[in-house]
Amino acid sequence: MTSVETAARSYRVLLERLPVRRIILVILSLVIAYGVIAGTVATLQTGRFTAEDWVDLFVAGVARGSVYAIIALGYTLVYGILFIINFAHGEVFMSGTFTAFFVAHALADQGLLNTYPVPALILLFVVSALVSMSIAVILERVAYRPLRGAPRLVPLITAIGASLFLQYTFRGFYGAQAKAYPNIDILQGNVPVAGFTIQRAQILVVAGAIILWLALYLVIERTRIGRAMRAVGEDREIAALMGIDVDRTIVSTFAIGGALAGAAGILFVQLFNSVFFFMGFFPGIKAFTAAVLGGIGSITGAALGGLVLGILEAVGPILFLTGIGVPSPNQLQPVVSFGILVLVLIFRPGGILGAPEEKRA
Amino acid sequence: MKKKRNLGFLALLAVLSLVIAACAPGEAETPAECEADEFGCVEVAGGEAIKIGSLLVITGPNSSLGLDSQYGVELALDYWGADEFDGEPGELLGHPLELVAEDDGCSAEGGTAGANSLAADEQVVAVIGTSCSSAALGVADTIFSDRGIAIVSPSNTGPALTTEENHKEFYLRTAHNDSIQGAAVANFAYTELGLRSAATIHDGSPYADGLQQVFADVFTELGGTITKQEAIQVGDTDFNPVLTDIAADAPEFLYFPIFVAEGGLITQQARAIDGLADTVLAGSDGMFTPDWIAAAGADNANGVYISGPDLASFSGDVDFYTGGFIPAYTDAYGEPQSVFHAHAWDATNMILAAIEEVAIEVGDTLFIPRTGLKDALFATSNFPGITGNLTCNPLGDCQPSATIAVVTVENGEFTEAVYSELGTLGG
Repeated sequence: MTSVETAARSYRVLLERLPVRRIILVILSLVIAYGVIAGTVATLQTGRFTAEDWVDLFVAGVARGSVYAIIALGYTLVYGILFIINFAHGEVFMSGTFTAFFVAHALADQGLLNTYPVPALILLFVVSALVSMSIAVILERVAYRPLRGAPRLVPLITAIGASLFLQYTFRGFYGAQAKAYPNIDILQGNVPVAGFTIQRAQILVVAGAIILWLALYLVIERTRIGRAMRAVGEDREIAALMGIDVDRTIVSTFAIGGALAGAAGILFVQLFNSVFFFMGFFPGIKAFTAAVLGGIGSITGAALGGLVLGILEAVGPILFLTGIGVPSPNQLQPVVSFGILVLVLIFRPGGILGAPEEKRA
Repeated sequence: MKKKRNLGFLALLAVLSLVIAACAPGEAETPAECEADEFGCVEVAGGEAIKIGSLLVITGPNSSLGLDSQYGVELALDYWGADEFDGEPGELLGHPLELVAEDDGCSAEGGTAGANSLAADEQVVAVIGTSCSSAALGVADTIFSDRGIAIVSPSNTGPALTTEENHKEFYLRTAHNDSIQGAAVANFAYTELGLRSAATIHDGSPYADGLQQVFADVFTELGGTITKQEAIQVGDTDFNPVLTDIAADAPEFLYFPIFVAEGGLITQQARAIDGLADTVLAGSDGMFTPDWIAAAGADNANGVYISGPDLASFSGDVDFYTGGFIPAYTDAYGEPQSVFHAHAWDATNMILAAIEEVAIEVGDTLFIPRTGLKDALFATSNFPGITGNLTCNPLGDCQPSATIAVVTVENGEFTEAVYSELGTLGG
């Protein structure tokens, strides 16, 4: 073997071992990072927005992100245990919220909504959570359980069918018009927090989301049913052998996810107080995105993903694009948020928090 | 010899078949006009109904806009021939009138599905629709023009539909063109309210985009400043970012001529933005329905200005409108929930009159030439309607001038007009 041959060979080996894909990705991410930083700096230099504006946008993002996070829990719980995507979850969210509208309306007519706002709000949470829970449980029984042994694409198609079925069923029940949730007076207006003003409704939403998330965390970590859910998520057959009632555990998972979605709906209408039969679609898609972004299967991931997505949507387009002269940046909101989603998934295919096996709920 | 006999037999057969054809009921001879017509004729046999299609938004958050128009069409089909509202289908040249109603979904997708479904029915003579310009522009106007089916819209106001480059051969409208409405709103904001800076929001639909652009052009021409022209997504719910962005310039006037769902949410959320506390809010006919007030919440909707056709200054048969049409409408469907029922009535009558003019009766069969019907519609001149005398120009605009009213909301209800302006196309 001559020295020339050796050199050529080692060159070829070097070329083959060169991580071309990685290099392209690094360059791509550097370009995007440069664009984001340059846009941000340029926007801040214009001085168009005050600190108060940024705080408003950020808080609005946190508030909507909290709602995404709670809906995302439903996707992530079901995925963690059954490995299917319940695409009808957005409609589960809609069903409870829409039904509770009629209770809210009746309470408002009687003046009870404003004379006893706290019990009224609790009643709305209960009604919405119960209806969503029932729908989720029926969905599992009718649309998913008979297909449990089927290939994974089959329940996906059923989910889309169930989603359409629920939308049009509720349109049949409640009509096609958008309806406005009655306002609760004590939730209107702003309160000063650390020198900034924050909308009361946003405070309620964030606080409510934290309580719901903590409650779920405790259920999963500290109760028998939570342990059963973790066990079934780990290995369904072994769990069955250990004496866990798999069917019951799965129903409980759907029930908990559904109840959370219904409760999230009452938070949602405090921010955007309009309901109609199609209202579940976009929050459903966003929440699914949040679940994937955070790492599907992980409840901490769902919360993180929801917050990141909400903040990106609210702050991102204005912060990154105003400075570089894009005329109406908010129109590009999905481009910004989903662009970042793609980037995250390229580098961390499992989502921000990945999904280590033992953390599946 | 054998050959000759065969020929004679054939001749006998030919004669016989002619005789049979002539005597067979309903098998009328096709008139020459149909042969000459590029798209042929609609053939309505004796006793069969003349089918009129409608393609309006009858589901979803904007359904009151389309249902209101559809009720106008239904009443016109009922009234025709009998000259009374008897609940029986009207008759035209001895044929009952039948409505085939489809949904335009207020979107290009809805328009495609509905238009294809109507165009597939060869008996549909003409169509009243669409409600939303997005369902018509490049969608329903094209599908029907390709099939030679005349379409008359009672509520498309998007200026793009009747421009030289976009107008489709079989498309007309009885609604006002937004080059009139946008100018009226700009005059109202600049002259009547004395405001000098404005921002706009549209949702990407040809209606909203076109209307806010006319407004912005005229407002700038008058001497005002447009601080920002923003856009949102249909189906979005959180408009805090967009409103914060707009509030950074503190415009005196915010014009968002969009539809019910997003319009309601923007009205609500704008009220919670400090920088917009003194900004005057305004929308247009896409939100001119109590559904929008319900979606926004009455407290938020109060004080918002909404423009639309001025129902109080129709220049046509106003006595019939208030004394005959509205009572019949209210009896059958309740209070009108939107503002284009009269335009729909006029569109239907214009079509029926044109059919009566061009239809050829052969025995009891009716032949309606498609191109002939279109030509008759475009030739409409000084046709007496409720909204005024209709005269169609070659680009399909049949409302050469229109009065635009601006109303506001008090105690959760629309007021009478606080401003009204007569505008003329191209003037």
